[in-house]
Amino acid sequence: MAVSSSALAGPHQYLQAQIRWRPIEIAFWLATLLPFVLTPNYLVLASQIAITALFALSLDLILGYAGIVSLGHAAFFGVGAYSAGLLSKWGWGEPLTGVIVAGLAAGLLGYLVSFIIARFRHLALIMITLGFGLLLVEAANSAGWLTGGADGLQGVHMWPLLGTFQFDLYGYTAYCYALIVLFLCFLLSRRLINSPFGLSLRGIRENIIRMRAIGAESRPHIRTIYTIAAVMAGIAGAILTQTTETVSLGSLDFQRSADILVMLILGGTGRLYGGLIGATIYLIARDQFSGINPQYWYFPIGILLILVVLFLPNGILGGLARLAETERGRRWLGPLTAPSWRGKFP
Amino acid sequence: MITSVLGVLFDGFAYGMLLFLLSVGLSVTLGMMNFVNLAHCTFAMIGGYVSVTLMNGAGWPFLATLPIAFLAAAAISVAFERTMFHRLYRASDLDQCLLTIGVVFVSVAVTAYLYGTSQQPVSLPNYLRGSLHVAGLTLGVYRIFLIVFALAVTAALVWGLEFTRFGAQIRAAVDNQRMARGLGINVDAAFAIAFALGSGLAGLGGALAIDMVGLDPSFALAYLVYVLIVVAVGGLGSIGGSFAAAMLLGISDMAGKYYFPAIGSFLIYLVMISLLMWRPSGIFGRR
Amino acid sequence: MRRAMTGFASFAVLLAATSAQAQGTVKIGVVMSYSGQFADPGSQIDNGIKLYMKQNGDTVAGKKIELIRKDSGGIAPDVAKRLSQEVIVRDGADIIAGYDLTPNALAAADVSAQAKKFMVDMNAATSVIITKSPYMVRTSFTVWQVNEVLGTWAFKNGVRKAYTLVADFGPGHDGEAAFIKGFKDAGGEIVGSARYPVANLDFSAFLQRAKDANPDGIYIWVPGGPQPAAIGKTIVELGIDKNKVKIMGQGELTQDDALKSMGDAGLGLITAFHYDANHQSDLNRKFVAAYNAEFKRNPDMFSVGGYDGMHAIYETLKKTGGNTDGTALINAVKGMKWESPRGPMMIDPQTRDVIETVYIRRVEKVNGRLVNVEFDKIENVKDPWQAATAK
Repeated sequence: MAVSSSALAGPHQYLQAQIRWRPIEIAFWLATLLPFVLTPNYLVLASQIAITALFALSLDLILGYAGIVSLGHAAFFGVGAYSAGLLSKWGWGEPLTGVIVAGLAAGLLGYLVSFIIARFRHLALIMITLGFGLLLVEAANSAGWLTGGADGLQGVHMWPLLGTFQFDLYGYTAYCYALIVLFLCFLLSRRLINSPFGLSLRGIRENIIRMRAIGAESRPHIRTIYTIAAVMAGIAGAILTQTTETVSLGSLDFQRSADILVMLILGGTGRLYGGLIGATIYLIARDQFSGINPQYWYFPIGILLILVVLFLPNGILGGLARLAETERGRRWLGPLTAPSWRGKFP
Repeated sequence: MITSVLGVLFDGFAYGMLLFLLSVGLSVTLGMMNFVNLAHCTFAMIGGYVSVTLMNGAGWPFLATLPIAFLAAAAISVAFERTMFHRLYRASDLDQCLLTIGVVFVSVAVTAYLYGTSQQPVSLPNYLRGSLHVAGLTLGVYRIFLIVFALAVTAALVWGLEFTRFGAQIRAAVDNQRMARGLGINVDAAFAIAFALGSGLAGLGGALAIDMVGLDPSFALAYLVYVLIVVAVGGLGSIGGSFAAAMLLGISDMAGKYYFPAIGSFLIYLVMISLLMWRPSGIFGRR
Repeated sequence: MRRAMTGFASFAVLLAATSAQAQGTVKIGVVMSYSGQFADPGSQIDNGIKLYMKQNGDTVAGKKIELIRKDSGGIAPDVAKRLSQEVIVRDGADIIAGYDLTPNALAAADVSAQAKKFMVDMNAATSVIITKSPYMVRTSFTVWQVNEVLGTWAFKNGVRKAYTLVADFGPGHDGEAAFIKGFKDAGGEIVGSARYPVANLDFSAFLQRAKDANPDGIYIWVPGGPQPAAIGKTIVELGIDKNKVKIMGQGELTQDDALKSMGDAGLGLITAFHYDANHQSDLNRKFVAAYNAEFKRNPDMFSVGGYDGMHAIYETLKKTGGNTDGTALINAVKGMKWESPRGPMMIDPQTRDVIETVYIRRVEKVNGRLVNVEFDKIENVKDPWQAATAK
């Protein structure tokens, strides 16, 4: 028997509502063009923020939407970074194909690992992802003949983008490139999240047992999103290599995994923009604080994190969403915040 | 051949005891209140720095600084708990992570500011230096001391939990918080005391660790990974689990480095992943 | 009349101001690790820089020296490269200096080469770094320089069978290769080699294996930090007799804080290095005294790398009359010779690398304190890696 159309209308209406572009989102993306005009000396920093934002977005897909806390996500970033670097070192320095190859390499690793990841939850999952990340660092260090070990990979040289745009000292090309890739991946993520697949991910995050009870297979979904997240992280790593022409163990170490997790939590998980906001604020804060005092900048950063948690629970966007729920907030912040679970269907 | 096996076991055991002291507090706290305290190693670091300050600044003998390291770490942890941490008991795990990481960052900067970034020297009394020759084995005196001391502390801990009323209250709160509250047990007080005790033990571990692994402001971050491994593998809320996990990891680390130096560093992570895949809740964790 | 005087006075002030502007400043971007696990070397280099500027003023060739400090926070070549780029592009730096870690130095070399800016490597000790930019000079040392001569010295001084134990990363591998080459070329035999993981805490397993191989010399390469002290203590705990088995290594093995933690366990350790605070020269004694007065601790090889780096900058600026063009500065520094707290040093005109004396030291107790006593030296040591790899 066909399901009545009124039963389907609710979820579809909800998804259609989500997919409309809010004015604040348009403003956000226009604002990313400001550095070209306002702060042209900071474009290299801007490009690294864009890269980190993409990395954070990839982590949000698995953490914010599927509930997989990963302390080893930098493994994919690093695999992407080294793939792009090695490809260039071995003679093929074309950036766009390099990014695709890197994404595929990271995705392949992600796909293989996802079989194990999908079977575990909670602390065991966190520690297993941590363990894999650490193993990869050791492997990269041992395979010094391939990776350059602690000295990093030498001999990375990129050809001009699309044949004309050389990667320069000022970062114009780098920022354009990183920003465009970030936007494209964002569009993909947005479409993915606001689809039935995305809804099922959120179901897995909220209550995996119930999902199985209603007959929704969780493991293939987890594997899919994990692979996609790995591809995206790999792309981010590749762009970093291509714009800086360096790769080192720092691209896959625990520090990088931990930093990106902190940035994502800071911005707010499960809100698509959380990673972008978190990365931007954290990196700008770090740049400014370390400019003021290179030795003790951990102090103001630590205070920033503590204050955000105490006053804006669930990250910056989460806190703003909570404020938006109040009377006053609804008036001022209504159009700003990402949609919450205010659905009309049962 | 036998001597080398025993030698590896001995060294592994000593290293394991150190890991146990550093980790047991986190295991109990995490198991009891589900509070993700990534600042646990900060308290260990505080214990270490208190010990060093007393030894180098006030000329105290090493052994006398140990109880003070314990008390200082415990006291400071209670201060943090009452002012900040208790507000986040109902918050999400991620928020707890962020808060405690913020605390770690602040502690690293403050320590670097107060003590500088170099390694802190520790002057052990002469009777703790050198080695003993026993049955063909050369055993480091400090390691013997560490093992004996840590076993004594463990015994005291277990006795306290098994044979005192307060210990029974803690065990009840770990097993089933709601029931314990329902029976009129003051779970909040029990937790505060357990938190202080766990952090104090970490501080003690930090002071004892200086001679073996050194002390500088990055200690709070560097050992977090090892402590998390012990806690995860041992099982949350289980002292026996932490003990077993610490021993297992310490010995396999030593054995790996002695017998297979080429893959030595891989071994500890492989062991962890395998154990967690076999028993996701930890060796003695609750399913 | 009054009005004319004030008018004239204000015009004079304006003239003075603009000429001060025209005199200009020389901006130096200092990029290294001020935070994180490598913060200590970073702060020592910084102290060396500060001391030099304090002793020699902040004006050279009529220009004021301005430092812009940037924290690379550890092994982060992408960050180091970006900071070097920013300090040149954004802050207008004429010279970039610092670079405590090899990956960071290699990444920044690209920037120096592209932007044609004078670069002073004050620490990073991997041989290949100097080849990456024609505008770079190094004022520290190279791992090959110090360890190959140690290998040769070892054989000449009675070691026939050696066991090597090094940290499992770039500099450790370099040390291993350099020592083995020097030792084998002189006629020695290597009875075993092992590498320990970089983050290793406990050395008993590794040192037991070394002991079991029955060598008459054990060569150890260890970076600064907590590990040297652990190694020193474990050697004694395992009962390795330093009179029968020479324990040799690069200077970090017997650094100040390591000796303080080791106590008497450190006696007899032999190291090769280009600098020690205990070096007996008038210049060094004054340097150490001034350093202690200012920073309450002894200088180490990081400090002297920073100190001599600033010296190189000041002297080249004097030679070029304040001209900060990269080519002018690098040509001025080639072949420069001076007396440093470490001893005599020179910048090789071909390679732009440092040529200095390598001292062989032994840990002894002098006036109740443990110090590195220099008892042998090899002078005018060039970095042999380029020669070795050219073959």
